[in-house]
Amino acid sequence: MIDVTPEELEKRVEVERIKDASNYLRGTLVKSLQDPLTGALAEDDTQLSKYHGIYQQDDRDLRDERRRQKLEPHYQFLVRIRVPGGVCTPTQWLEVDRIANTWCNHTIRLTTRQAYQLHGIVKRDLKKTIAEINGTLLDTIAACGDVNRNVMCNPNPYQSRLHAEVYEYARRINEHLTPRTTAYHEIWLDEELVTSSRQDEEPIYGKHYLPRKFKIAVAIPPSNDVDIFANDLGFIAIAEDDRLAGFNVTVGGGLSMTHGEENTYPRLADVIGYCPKNKTLQVAEEIVKIQRDFGDRTNRKHARFKYTIDDRGVDWFKFELNKRLGWNIEAPRPFTFEHSGDRYGWVDGANDTWHHTLFLQNGRILDTEDYPMMTGLREIAKVHDGDFRLTANQNLIIGQVSDKKKPIIDALLKKYRLADSHQQTGLRLNAMACVAFPTCGLAMAESERYLPSLIDKLDVVIKEAGLENDPILVRMTGCPNGCARSSLGEIGFIGKAPGKYNLYLGAGFHGQRLNKLYRENINEEQILEELTPILHRYAREREQGERFGDFVIKAGYVKEVLAGKDFHS
Amino acid sequence: MHTLLPELSKTPLNDDQHRFFQQFISSLSPEQLAWAGGYLTGLISGGSSLSTVVTTASDGGGGADITILVGSQTGNSEALAEQTQQLAASRGLRTVIKKMGDYKIPQLKTEKNLLVIVSTYGEGDPPDNAKGIHEYLFSKRAPALKQAHFAVLGLGDSSYEFFCKTGIDFDRRLEELGATRIYHRVDCDVDFESTAEAWMDAVLNELATRVETKPQSAGLSLPSFTVSTSSTYSRKNPFPAVLLENIVLNGRGSIKETHHVELSLEDSGLSYEPGDALGIYPTNAPDVVDDLLQALRFNGEEQVNVDGKNINIHEVLFRHYEATTITRPMMQKYALLAKNKNLDQLLDDNHKKQLNDYLYGREIVDLISDFPTENLSPQAFVECLRKLPPRLYSIASSLKQHPDEVHLTVAAVRYQSHGRNRKGVGSTFLADRIGEETTIPVYIDRNNNFKLPADPATPIIMIGPGTGIAPFRAFVEEREAVGASGKNWLFFGDQHFETDFLYQIEWQRYLKSGVLTRMNVAFSRDQEQKVYVQHLMAEHGKELYAWLQEGAYLYVCGDEKRMAHDVHEALLKIVAYERKLNHAEEYIANLQKEKRYQRDVY
Repeated sequence: MIDVTPEELEKRVEVERIKDASNYLRGTLVKSLQDPLTGALAEDDTQLSKYHGIYQQDDRDLRDERRRQKLEPHYQFLVRIRVPGGVCTPTQWLEVDRIANTWCNHTIRLTTRQAYQLHGIVKRDLKKTIAEINGTLLDTIAACGDVNRNVMCNPNPYQSRLHAEVYEYARRINEHLTPRTTAYHEIWLDEELVTSSRQDEEPIYGKHYLPRKFKIAVAIPPSNDVDIFANDLGFIAIAEDDRLAGFNVTVGGGLSMTHGEENTYPRLADVIGYCPKNKTLQVAEEIVKIQRDFGDRTNRKHARFKYTIDDRGVDWFKFELNKRLGWNIEAPRPFTFEHSGDRYGWVDGANDTWHHTLFLQNGRILDTEDYPMMTGLREIAKVHDGDFRLTANQNLIIGQVSDKKKPIIDALLKKYRLADSHQQTGLRLNAMACVAFPTCGLAMAESERYLPSLIDKLDVVIKEAGLENDPILVRMTGCPNGCARSSLGEIGFIGKAPGKYNLYLGAGFHGQRLNKLYRENINEEQILEELTPILHRYAREREQGERFGDFVIKAGYVKEVLAGKDFHS
Repeated sequence: MHTLLPELSKTPLNDDQHRFFQQFISSLSPEQLAWAGGYLTGLISGGSSLSTVVTTASDGGGGADITILVGSQTGNSEALAEQTQQLAASRGLRTVIKKMGDYKIPQLKTEKNLLVIVSTYGEGDPPDNAKGIHEYLFSKRAPALKQAHFAVLGLGDSSYEFFCKTGIDFDRRLEELGATRIYHRVDCDVDFESTAEAWMDAVLNELATRVETKPQSAGLSLPSFTVSTSSTYSRKNPFPAVLLENIVLNGRGSIKETHHVELSLEDSGLSYEPGDALGIYPTNAPDVVDDLLQALRFNGEEQVNVDGKNINIHEVLFRHYEATTITRPMMQKYALLAKNKNLDQLLDDNHKKQLNDYLYGREIVDLISDFPTENLSPQAFVECLRKLPPRLYSIASSLKQHPDEVHLTVAAVRYQSHGRNRKGVGSTFLADRIGEETTIPVYIDRNNNFKLPADPATPIIMIGPGTGIAPFRAFVEEREAVGASGKNWLFFGDQHFETDFLYQIEWQRYLKSGVLTRMNVAFSRDQEQKVYVQHLMAEHGKELYAWLQEGAYLYVCGDEKRMAHDVHEALLKIVAYERKLNHAEEYIANLQKEKRYQRDVY
């Protein structure tokens, strides 16, 4: 079932052949790393490195300049560290901080999927970086590539007991679906080459892994901060008497698309049923295998799980799943999502602990003269004996702070200007941007470097309209891959060209509805021209508690999108 | 006539041609030979008359009464030797030019009239190809030379303490060995033309009284058909080249500043070979001139007489005279004007160390500021100075890939010393100011001591860290253009991989296409311990030795003070190890003799 004939392999895309020839993700990575004449990996290895959590990038600001200087691009690497459910220890934070300042570009990026991202590593430091990350009991394997990625889980700890149980499942799913190949350990950790037969090296994935990336999230209602419907596979925690009973299963979410190709579209997942908690791993595994077997390997733009399902229908999927499980998925249980944002500042948790959620604009942690946030967090980590939780909104929770430690941490927050990090408009507090320039090779327009200044200008309008405290979801991405979930923004921006964006409106406030294209290919002046009257009108005409995303549909600016297939219509 | 052609393998002729040519030449009278030579030369240069330069073979030439023995690192001594030969011919004197590097030392005993033209290198060293004979003369095996009459012309740079030392050595030693000096030794500074010509005139006059003259008997050695230029442009008459490109090769963030400069040679008639250098006449930096004028308390408009013309002193210091480097002669002349006890003391023989200490990191502006002169006359001051010499840069391109262009790789020299910002004259002229000039005066300086092997199948090993990479870019471009089958191995080093890998994408391209067989790089500041090219050589010693055994030529270009020395040491160690010997000097010396170990170091 897992093996493939040479003829079949020929019909598939190039990446499939690279995987096939790689001997379970080894490729020529070791040799590539040793080549001192280039800062890049061999071309095929750049596909394989993803499975090891590494993306090859180059500083795009310098590309042209260096070409004229007869130098190759300034190659550097992104390393993504998996943090299942976003939970890690202060010791791990300190290690990541140290690694970031030793081998990387002195910043840490918290991603939209609760992972750490480190940028600016040069090839000759890559092995040291990976080894040191593993030394702190985190890892980078499968953080990228055609495999299951970092499993997300709502980190909000105000339901601490339920959360602890659910978090365990998130962690176990993450582990269960981690690739088994020992390539990672051989290449980065200098472990012995295993010479035994490699037939069953990947019992779940097989030699060719998945057709495309696979994203799993676990949500604990009423919070949908993980944007569960944007994931290929989701587990919505269903509790009985405050204990975990099982999960509603969602399938087929995925936001990426390609400009100008309407057979690519963002899709929100369907809730297809309920499984008792002791069946979670089996369900996850079988769903992954369905995608493994049916996903399109001849066209990467059509390879995500969402298309596998849409092409055949949800009913087909349920049938196939039940067949493989050997039992039937039950009917879904009721649940409600009410919000998707983070609760900032100090929050009283259970068991005499406190949690402080920090707003970290774009999840980028670095020291500037005015705002020594990196140093501040380091100092807090040194005294903290609870945990750190990366949120799905690129923020950070200082979790499980005891009564005794609270004043100490509070003092540090004040000292390093972190205490009031969330004194911002509701707009800014709910804004997310992907990294884009200068490191992302796919970016068409600026995102992280631009959104803050756009929000500065929108804040003026917000304040004029009296909307300072109203949360409005703003999401910007530099390209339609949608890494910052731009299709789920009540106001969404997707870059088309330097300085130009598509403007989307009308997503659901708790991640339950996609937005829709409002204006195409506009610049900043036009963006402000469009949004200013809409925001004013929202302020004036909205009903009590009505969300911006709902309002713009009611007011007729855009039509409601009921299914991904209708996104472009 | 018993003129002999060089042996077949040393000519570009085939068997038949060689035989025919041999017979033809042997049949000619001296007048017929002179005609044939001129005719052939004219044929090569496409008919344009003017000053054709006929390069001379280093072999043969039996029958000439005067030997011009040449020791040179750059082309200057050789050019002067040829000039001497032509002048001699016009006076009916037959001469033969012999290069010290090729000279069969036992022949010394047979020399009757010896003109030695030799340059001094670095801190008073003989040039590479003169080392052999220099060593021999100072050894116990040196023969008595009672039969010889000699005169020495030394070339050097008076900004060095041991000015013209090699010339001094040869002059003294020949006398000690019993030879008779027919004319006193003449030392030339960087502006050597007129001094050298005066010497030529004088010694040839002397020789004319001793040697049988034959009318119009040229005693030309046969042309070797290497570079025959039909250009009017030369060191004395530089070509005004247009700037095509000037970019900094180091990536952003580097502390180095290496410029890639491209100049046009279109319509110049100039041509060059890989290994040659480009001579450039720079101007001094305007701020340097202003600072000096200020220290002198001149306003710049003062008129001074230079070569019979009245020019304002600003222009003189800007364009004509050296305004930065202090030389001892300059200091001595200035001391006579300054009449300063401290300065006088610094210059006396008991204070050599203090003088060296003073000179380190100081320029003329410091001298003036530290030892000002009351009522200093602009004319008197200018007469202390020497002419602004041209600067030589190893050429980084092959004409075959870039017709009518010449490329350079130049590191801008900027530093601070004694509280002032300093800059290298030539390097910052190129880095900062060539864009402002309409044209730049240039000429080609041939370097016959740094050339690709004649046989394109010969493997070559190139060691060129930093700007030393320049001629190797020319080498590899040339080899690619002619489809040379020989293997090529390049060693490069600099500070940081990310920003200082000069011409990186070109080397990557050559490696991919196979023109470059191997490349090893060392970036000294990318890791804790410093790694340099000599460490790379050691790491690949076995392979390196194997290439040498296959007949590879080894080239070193770049810094003279440390790198060239370290590379030489590494080479000795490698050869000694591979041959299981205690020392490898003989093997290396043999490489040098076979011209398989060539250096362009500065």
